[in-house]
Amino acid sequence: MTAASKTGASVVVVGGGVTGLSAAWWLARSGVDVLVLDKGVVGWEASGRNGGGASHYQSPLFHEEQRLWPQMDELLGYSTEYRRERLIVAVTPSQLRHYEYMADMHGELGYRVDKLDARQIREAVPLAGDNALGGIHVFFGGHANPQRTVQAYAWALQDLGGRIFQHAPVTRLIAGGGRVSAVETPRGTFTCDALVMAAGPQSGQLLEPLRVRLPLAPARAEMIVTEPAPLMAVGGVDGNGLYGRQTLRGNLAYGGGPHEWMDVGPAGPAARPSTPLLRNLAKRVAELLPKAAHLRVIRSWAGVVENTPDGRPVIDRLTSPENVTVATMSGVGFGLSPATGHAIRDLVLDGACSFTDLAKLSLARFADLPEDWREARGWTPAA
Amino acid sequence: MTDPVRDPHAIDGKFPAPESFAQIVVIGAGPAGLAAALACARAGAQVLLVDENPVSANLMADDAPLYFGQRMTGAVQTKARMIEQVFAANPGLEEAFDLGVEVALGTYAWGAFVNGDGVRALPGCVVGLADEDRSWMVGFERLIVASGARDLALSFPGWDQPGVMGANGLHALLNTYDAFAGRRVLILGSGDLALSTALLALARGLEVAGLVEVRNVPQGSADLVAQVAGAGVEILTGHVIQRAEGGIDGVQRVWLTPLAGGAARVIDCDTVCLAIGLVPAIEILDVLGAKLTVDSARGGHVPVLTGDVCASRAEVFVAGDVAGLGLSVEAAQAQGQAAARAALESLGLAATYSASPPAPAPMPTEALAYQTDWVRALLGQGDGSVIVCQCEEVTREALLAVRQPAYLGPPSNKMGARDLGSLAGDGPINQDQIKRLTRACMGVCQARRCREQVALTLAVASGVAVETIPLAGYRAPVRPLALKVLAAWDEAAAMSAGWDVWFGIPTQWTPYADIGTEREGRHAEILGGDMHL
Repeated sequence: MTAASKTGASVVVVGGGVTGLSAAWWLARSGVDVLVLDKGVVGWEASGRNGGGASHYQSPLFHEEQRLWPQMDELLGYSTEYRRERLIVAVTPSQLRHYEYMADMHGELGYRVDKLDARQIREAVPLAGDNALGGIHVFFGGHANPQRTVQAYAWALQDLGGRIFQHAPVTRLIAGGGRVSAVETPRGTFTCDALVMAAGPQSGQLLEPLRVRLPLAPARAEMIVTEPAPLMAVGGVDGNGLYGRQTLRGNLAYGGGPHEWMDVGPAGPAARPSTPLLRNLAKRVAELLPKAAHLRVIRSWAGVVENTPDGRPVIDRLTSPENVTVATMSGVGFGLSPATGHAIRDLVLDGACSFTDLAKLSLARFADLPEDWREARGWTPAA
Repeated sequence: MTDPVRDPHAIDGKFPAPESFAQIVVIGAGPAGLAAALACARAGAQVLLVDENPVSANLMADDAPLYFGQRMTGAVQTKARMIEQVFAANPGLEEAFDLGVEVALGTYAWGAFVNGDGVRALPGCVVGLADEDRSWMVGFERLIVASGARDLALSFPGWDQPGVMGANGLHALLNTYDAFAGRRVLILGSGDLALSTALLALARGLEVAGLVEVRNVPQGSADLVAQVAGAGVEILTGHVIQRAEGGIDGVQRVWLTPLAGGAARVIDCDTVCLAIGLVPAIEILDVLGAKLTVDSARGGHVPVLTGDVCASRAEVFVAGDVAGLGLSVEAAQAQGQAAARAALESLGLAATYSASPPAPAPMPTEALAYQTDWVRALLGQGDGSVIVCQCEEVTREALLAVRQPAYLGPPSNKMGARDLGSLAGDGPINQDQIKRLTRACMGVCQARRCREQVALTLAVASGVAVETIPLAGYRAPVRPLALKVLAAWDEAAAMSAGWDVWFGIPTQWTPYADIGTEREGRHAEILGGDMHL
């Protein structure tokens, strides 16, 4: 790769979310001159507004996710608040069947999961109540603080000489001869030898003029946060139709339930409102952790994520323009980010992932997708 | 034509109809809100007037919605007595009842929701209400927000103890509750707010130990200054509070430093009342997505007005302190009536009351420059160990170092090298970003005691005007509400049936190795989309 100039970088990463930042950090670790461009502040969208879970058995990146998380604080040099293990609490028989089925899937992948009866789960989760029927104890995975983690990536990247330009929304990709040669922003035009597209919902719009069709449907999802509770030994507790955790500060932060499909323009979401759904979230948290039902809800938040038609990521080095690597995590990006960044680094530098097969996450699988795929699924904004 | 396909796990159609409905909801029964409610009722509109007074003793103890500083008497524990007291203190409420206004006292408005950017699935306009036992939603056609102002809290050594409180908190305990536990009050500030607070305290038989002003001349109107001086109360200009000391019951004594140098003054008092400024209570407006701006002449972050009273959302109107500080009671009432008229006209309801005088422009002030002067002077007192955010125990030093919270233990060497300066090098100072890293403003008081002073401190430390620092956003619920109170225990069947932990996309959760095999169908069949992250 050629040397960097002031107005460019060897690799330009579009999007300072957790995926783009991790990719940039991995590239910088390999000595690559890398520049991250973000439309606003790093981690401001879904990367900083999620449940913080780090237990994604379904992904080809799962083993790498599990290998990396316990090392991330040390590798980055900044705290991510990562903690291992999860406990999933069932308060209905059908939930218990679901969770036990999941435990069997995890077991098949070679990871330890214990099935807990009612007494065991109440012991393991001090805030659980008499309504807890059982659950599972996941000895891998865990959770981290998304906001602290995204800043940790950004700072670690800078420590390696990588650059981040905030408030620099990319407005156009300049391509020719089957390659992207530069990107335009209001802060200037930046040349590149290779491009990583990790701009969340906006990725598809940015690629469209290059005749690359990345089918994405944005949606808004919500979470609530309580005042701190006494720390439980394992904070990664969820269940009862919720995802979330007890933070290291003690707050209970949970989300789940219906999402709202929306359209997002090139500037990103115009607003991220919460809705009365927070009452339904409060009900489920109070059912999940009855001994915390007196705790006060002090905040809520909403984030906008993009989904692919099958809900699976696209992590792919394109054939044309051949120097572009695309990454969308379809709404499940935070936890996998240490591994995603590694995979993207490999695709950018070596053309192939060194540690796992990503063939089923290629963009080609959507080649025959009908134009009206969102309408066909009802994944469009409410009338 | 067939109905369009809808995602069964999307929010569309899952919100139930609100529990009840009011043509016009008015939030806040102060002078502006009450005048608005009366005007609407006289015009024949169906009106719900919501006021959170009397607020629960527990909420008061958390310094919400005002900065009460633990100086309330035991009387606030008795809700029935407090309701009587609130009525007695606000005779207009009786008139509202007589006019058929539905008056909901002791009722918190914790959120208001209107379809717009980012949300289109709401069943019309709704406001979220709660009392001590439960929450509920009320639909509306028009909303008049007259939520008033809350206290501006600034820190100094010893401020984090009982007896340090805000001017509106003191006014409420004296006027609305008749439940103030202090005897001798030192007042910080010398503007009209501070002067009128001193006169109120004197009228209620309290001792006023003095007023403290960092600037060299009293800031309020000459008339009020003369009244305070005439009562024999000293205004210590060119002074700042150095520290407060006290015992188990809080403040007993304060030290005042002359800013030009010289010996400190020691003053005995049981209460330090922060009367440097107020903050327009815009929480509900931010939650609604109303357009906001920062306007020092109106007191800080305030709604963008079109005309005199309309906020940027067609269904929402504002009146009183929330629209901009500095109104007299009469002007606030006139503004309430103007908001009512605008709301009524937008509904096609003729207003029958006689024309009210136009609302006078708010008094010109330079609130943010004045607050900045105070913060600059206060930062000169005490060291970095002074707490800025009481809930999360974030010190000045930690804030400016953008230090990670204490529960994470000592920072790494790399973390120790990061601070406000290095963040500022990456882009403009953003309070929400610093909040995430330091936890300042993340506590149970919902940043009522620290939001403004964190912004002011960041501005002073980084040499920028506080106006340039974006507002740290407000989120529902704008009052701390217990999970069991906020919970929708009567959840709609459609919500329960369509609930999924994430998006309900079964293929999302197929183990990678099983994609494209016959096992994939079995996983989807058993699990649907109900999986965990």
